[in-house]
Amino acid sequence: MDTKNIMIVGVGGQGSLLASKLLGYLLLNEGYDVKVSEVHGMSQRGGSVVTYVRYGSRVASPVIDEGEADFIVSFELLEAARWLPFLKPDGQVVTNIQQIDPMPVVTGAMEYPEDLVRKMRDAGAKVDAMDCVALAQEAGTVKAVNLVLLGRLSHYFDFPDEVWQKAIEACVPQKFLELNRKAFELGKKA
Amino acid sequence: MKQLMLGNKAVARGLYEAGCCFASSYPGTPSTEVTEELAKYDEVYCEWAPNEKVAMEGAFGASLAGYRSFCAMKHVGLNVAADPLYTMSYTGVNAGLVIVVADDAGMHSSQNEQDSRHHAIAAKLPMLEPSDSAEALEFTKLAYEISEKFDTPVLLKMCTRVAHSQSVVDPGERSVPVKSYEKNIAKYVMMPGNAKKRHPIVEERTRLLKEFAETSSVNRVEMGGTQLGIITSSTSYQYVTEVFGDSVSILKIGMANPLPDKLILDFASKVDRLVVVEELDPVMENHCKALGLDVQGKDILPIIGEFSQNLIAKALGAEGKKGITLNETLPMRPPVMCPGCPHRGLFYTLKKLGCTVLGDIGCYTLGAVAPLASMEMTLCMGASISALHGFNKMGGEESEKHTVCVIGDSTFMHSGMTGLANVAYNQSNSTVIILDNSITGMTGHQQNPTTGYNIKGDPAGKINLEALCRAMGYNRVAVVDPYDLKACETVIKEELQAAEPSVIISRRPCALLKYVKRKPALRVDTDKCIGCKSCMKIGCPAISIKNGKARVDETLCVGCGVCTQMCRPGALASTGKEES
Repeated sequence: MDTKNIMIVGVGGQGSLLASKLLGYLLLNEGYDVKVSEVHGMSQRGGSVVTYVRYGSRVASPVIDEGEADFIVSFELLEAARWLPFLKPDGQVVTNIQQIDPMPVVTGAMEYPEDLVRKMRDAGAKVDAMDCVALAQEAGTVKAVNLVLLGRLSHYFDFPDEVWQKAIEACVPQKFLELNRKAFELGKKA
Repeated sequence: MKQLMLGNKAVARGLYEAGCCFASSYPGTPSTEVTEELAKYDEVYCEWAPNEKVAMEGAFGASLAGYRSFCAMKHVGLNVAADPLYTMSYTGVNAGLVIVVADDAGMHSSQNEQDSRHHAIAAKLPMLEPSDSAEALEFTKLAYEISEKFDTPVLLKMCTRVAHSQSVVDPGERSVPVKSYEKNIAKYVMMPGNAKKRHPIVEERTRLLKEFAETSSVNRVEMGGTQLGIITSSTSYQYVTEVFGDSVSILKIGMANPLPDKLILDFASKVDRLVVVEELDPVMENHCKALGLDVQGKDILPIIGEFSQNLIAKALGAEGKKGITLNETLPMRPPVMCPGCPHRGLFYTLKKLGCTVLGDIGCYTLGAVAPLASMEMTLCMGASISALHGFNKMGGEESEKHTVCVIGDSTFMHSGMTGLANVAYNQSNSTVIILDNSITGMTGHQQNPTTGYNIKGDPAGKINLEALCRAMGYNRVAVVDPYDLKACETVIKEELQAAEPSVIISRRPCALLKYVKRKPALRVDTDKCIGCKSCMKIGCPAISIKNGKARVDETLCVGCGVCTQMCRPGALASTGKEES
């Protein structure tokens, strides 16, 4: 099969590494060749961060290029918009509507763009947007935004629920398992 | 069992399986995780050294003692360790010695974009270059075989995309070959008489390594269409495969030095057009040109930054892909100091006092970014102190009264101490600020000689910074809490005015450390807030202005309270809610 591409984007420190770990585990268990590419170091300090997850019968490049992403999973609204050029024309955006002001907005040099969901749709992107922070809080902690997003993403795949559950169990600390399962469910039903 | 593994972790697995017994490194993105992952194996002695030179010399000693040894560093770290490296090429090794050097094309987390292959060529050392995690594991083991067979240290070159990508590996078992130490003055004492005899051995070794490179499976030809032949290596190989599949022929170089001349000439003779696809410098391309080949490379591909599949496709005439464009200028999101970062208060004070600040390498380099924008120079590890000395020597009293340097605790131990010795010895009236956040921060929290813990998190020796400075002859050593803006201002003013060199230790642990307790998030009393934006001057990502009033993002704020000291109306106060 052709290589499929999932981009996970957000702001450094939002916890995107767990999402890519979980997807990598799941896809490898389903028999695919998988590559996951992360960025460590300085950009993690509150900067724009991206993780690439690629799977298929044989994956060569570890990165996703412009126009290649089947999915953009975004922890923050502006970041979804920023990486939109990487989405395939028929690709799907799954995004948290949380807005975190970047420094040019904090200092007043620029405004946080308005109506980004509508603008992305007007540009031709399929956008699934939701308040993941509220759902994560409902599950027990704001830190579970990643599982809410994955729950939502699971809609677009044919994998049975137990496959996702097994991956959650393998990748999440036992102590937080129930909480994360709940966050996943809430995202899935949203 | 097959598993997904980070490139750096795969190197660690390869080290473990190859029977590596000693590892000493200094952290540096993108190399850090190799040693961190290796430290999880109890069978391997691992440590963080104060710098790369010390790490490499430690690894050399362990090899001499008869144990397979290792050190890892980023590209610029190899400059620090270049001194032992170039002469270890002459001594050779006893047990195998492997050195990871990780390049950072695209400068995700580095101050330059140098290509470490030049070091391998200049030091006349073999260098292997894996293109994914499976090769990272396999080449690490092969590196030990080459090291012992050819009596040489071996460089293993990683890059960000190989180091920080996960791909599938199949781990094996560990076996530990150990040699005994034998006295050999002619081999291991590099004074002129002995070194003169070793140099011809190095040249002969290079000849033998070249022969090895011609036939070893580390370099391989993948014949496909012959209209286009591509010589490539590392992550570029993956991009080329992605774009062209088997429509082109590929010579995949796994051994970056020495290069296999016959293999290259033979490959070139089988294809119509020859292109070298390599990131950064035209090392293989120039080698091909020296062999008299008609080859393309940097005339169609950039010498700057990382490659990608689209970039290569477009350069070679294939079609690149296009995504969805949003007709809107989006604000950039550069990295920033974290909420609660102890460096913030100190930089704010330096800016307020109008100080000229010479900086160093670490999270605090972000002190150069708006709105603090109060750092004016960063060069390399340790340079802040040495440069301040030169700056003040020429600038005289005028300069001494308003110029400081800032350097982190780990960077200070790395190569700041020698600069501090120079200030004490040659007596510039310099004010040195050590930003002691009790950890090596930027690379993701590694212990160092000032923290009191070792790489495994066990108690270790702890160097007392105050005592160290006093022992060097500094009479004026002040300690200040960077959350206390008033105290910072007083101390900095005093030390700048003092008639002798001084050290200020700005001490507070990194806000991201697990043991640091978060205080309740602050909240803005909108009745009291007059919208003066004073709190915005510290550049905290948790504070913004909404409808003319300050607003604190409760999910980001850690309650450090620095902003409350800026707020005259007293509008910023605790929510009292504890973070669970």
